[in-house]
Amino acid sequence: MFRSMGCAMALAVATAPAYAQQSDEVRKLQQRVDRLEAQSQLRGQSAFNPEISLILQGTAASLKQDPETYQITGFAPSGGEVGPPRRGFSLAESELVVAGNVDPYFRGQLVAALTPEDEIEVEEAFFQTLALGRGFTLKGGRFLSGIGYQNEIHQHAWDFQDAPLAYNAFLGGRLNDDGVQLKWVAPTSFLLEFGTEAGRGRTFPATDPNKNGAGAWTLFGHVGGDLAGSAWRAGLSYLRVKPQDRAFEDADSLGNATTQSFTGESKLWIADFVVKWRDLKLQGEYFRRDEEGDLAFDDGGAVFGALTDRYKSEQSGWYAQAMYRFLPQWRVAYRYDQLDHGDVSNGIVNNGLGPTAADFPLLMTDHNPTRNTLMVDWSPTEFSRVRLQLAQDKSRAGVTDDQVVLQYILSLGAHGAHKF
Amino acid sequence: MKSLFTSVLLAISCPCAAALNIFACTPEWGALAKELGGDKVTVYTATTALQDAHHTEARPSLIARARSADLVVCTGAELEVGWLPLVISQSGNAGIRPGQPGYFEAADFVALIEKPARLDRSFGDVHAAGNPHLHLDPRNVAEVAAGLGERMAALDSPNEKFFDDRTRSFLQRWREAVGRWEKQAAPLKDLPVVVHHRDFTYLIAWLGMREVGSLEPRPGLPPSTASLAELVARLKATPAKAVLRAAYNDPRPSEWLAQRAGIPAVMLPYTVGGSDAAKDLFSLYDDTLARLLAVAR
Repeated sequence: MFRSMGCAMALAVATAPAYAQQSDEVRKLQQRVDRLEAQSQLRGQSAFNPEISLILQGTAASLKQDPETYQITGFAPSGGEVGPPRRGFSLAESELVVAGNVDPYFRGQLVAALTPEDEIEVEEAFFQTLALGRGFTLKGGRFLSGIGYQNEIHQHAWDFQDAPLAYNAFLGGRLNDDGVQLKWVAPTSFLLEFGTEAGRGRTFPATDPNKNGAGAWTLFGHVGGDLAGSAWRAGLSYLRVKPQDRAFEDADSLGNATTQSFTGESKLWIADFVVKWRDLKLQGEYFRRDEEGDLAFDDGGAVFGALTDRYKSEQSGWYAQAMYRFLPQWRVAYRYDQLDHGDVSNGIVNNGLGPTAADFPLLMTDHNPTRNTLMVDWSPTEFSRVRLQLAQDKSRAGVTDDQVVLQYILSLGAHGAHKF
Repeated sequence: MKSLFTSVLLAISCPCAAALNIFACTPEWGALAKELGGDKVTVYTATTALQDAHHTEARPSLIARARSADLVVCTGAELEVGWLPLVISQSGNAGIRPGQPGYFEAADFVALIEKPARLDRSFGDVHAAGNPHLHLDPRNVAEVAAGLGERMAALDSPNEKFFDDRTRSFLQRWREAVGRWEKQAAPLKDLPVVVHHRDFTYLIAWLGMREVGSLEPRPGLPPSTASLAELVARLKATPAKAVLRAAYNDPRPSEWLAQRAGIPAVMLPYTVGGSDAAKDLFSLYDDTLARLLAVAR
């Protein structure tokens, strides 16, 4: 109604060119009309519809070793999908992301992964408060934990096709628990933020305890800012869980199948650092895990039967990577991974009465896994990327796996976030 | 103990609690906020003239600055869509969310041009709301200034008169300057130019210049050898007088074309800080016109 009146007025004035001083008036009215028109248009990604985006990914891999035999020797298997991709052509997870503001108080987001095995996995489904203010944000549901640096970054935005070995060994690839997160950003001119999470302990290193209250706790802090044209962030994180009968299969020195399981307390510290300067990005994280409790050993009665004794381990790992954008659409990156088997004290072996270290080939080893990874990727636009990655992976004791992986990542729909 | 904590917090926080704390996404809006706010505002500008405001990341310092901001002044029209929503949500600052008085988008006050008829990314970086590089038409700057002055006055009501007066004074000086620029720029009318990215569309429309081609084959796609060769062939039929690029663009493609086509490559500051001379909004336009007039003669 007002718009048509505005148009009519604008037209009426526009048809009176004799009055030169009115041309300014005409322009003003025209601008008003335009502005009203502009305002009447739907703005932003979505209007009332949620933002929807879809990530399509796939790989073609050539691996010297059979990925089915993958293990990180010296570290209890995490049960996560941490191995290299299948040989040959393989679809990777397709991610469907739906997000939007619920109301003035909440925002919601779902990240569903459609796996190549025709399953749907909920990677993230959380709410986040919008109106707490004073620097506080509360998140709840299933979400990528804020510990470390890479943990919160979605897999399709990683700088390599796979996660660092330390993430695979200590977190089963990443931590995405069911729980709540409270975060506070300090009112400072540089970034200073603290967060804490209480979760159920759904995944490794926890064992999904059937209990009331929280099964996993995290604490983390970040500090960051700009320095001489670069942007940087450093963080410290802590995760504590109490796994119950965290079991895995192994074979003793004679080849008999054994089951080992850990019950006790597991504490993980992560120190992370990232700096970006022009087209260069440096990133590194150090992990240290202390576990203390009981280890149960059972060879099904083949030789020793079932045994339980004290178990204590102090293990660590780190990675460092550098990425350089040498042309607007081209990036090259190198990553070095190393895990330190550390000190493992196994009461069953120490008492000298039964199995020896050789009967624990996975846990009791001198092997320190390492990996060298080189990748180059081409991103025609910010929505598409093709990557070639070469790796020399010494995760397994005494075995070197040469890996060549070609990968594509495409994203369509709502514009993704440029996370630091 | 508590007072010690508070004083430590005060010491490390920004020393500007009294003034209106403004977080500007791009240098032009930072400069405008300073024009209108004077010493009653402190302005933090998230990007520089040498950065592409679209390809910025939600870096830690931005989250920290947004945390204490009273007012976010950005372009809108999806220019900052890749990082601003993330910065706002990570900052935990409820007052600067879209829809709040502390959130200001310039695009709300301007009729955007080049609204795409089709929203399809195979056409490149298309913005649903229209071309977001709106500040290079000074009449748009005036519209935004009026809206921003009003918003600042509403947010800091004790200083309402201060902001009103400064806005009125700015608009007066701006109107005079626009008149001067339009006179100066008369020789630029119908000047055929090639652009790097379509970020001079408003400037070209305002001055009545003609855009005869762009180095990017599609908005946002870097120039390729093939697209440049095609452009050189096209320029034989419709010659251009200059090839324009913004301070933040890679100079190589425009210089390559300049050499091939025998026309000058002109770097325009694009926004405040893009050249030594472009120190504020007025000198941004002065310098831009001076650089264009130098090749028009």
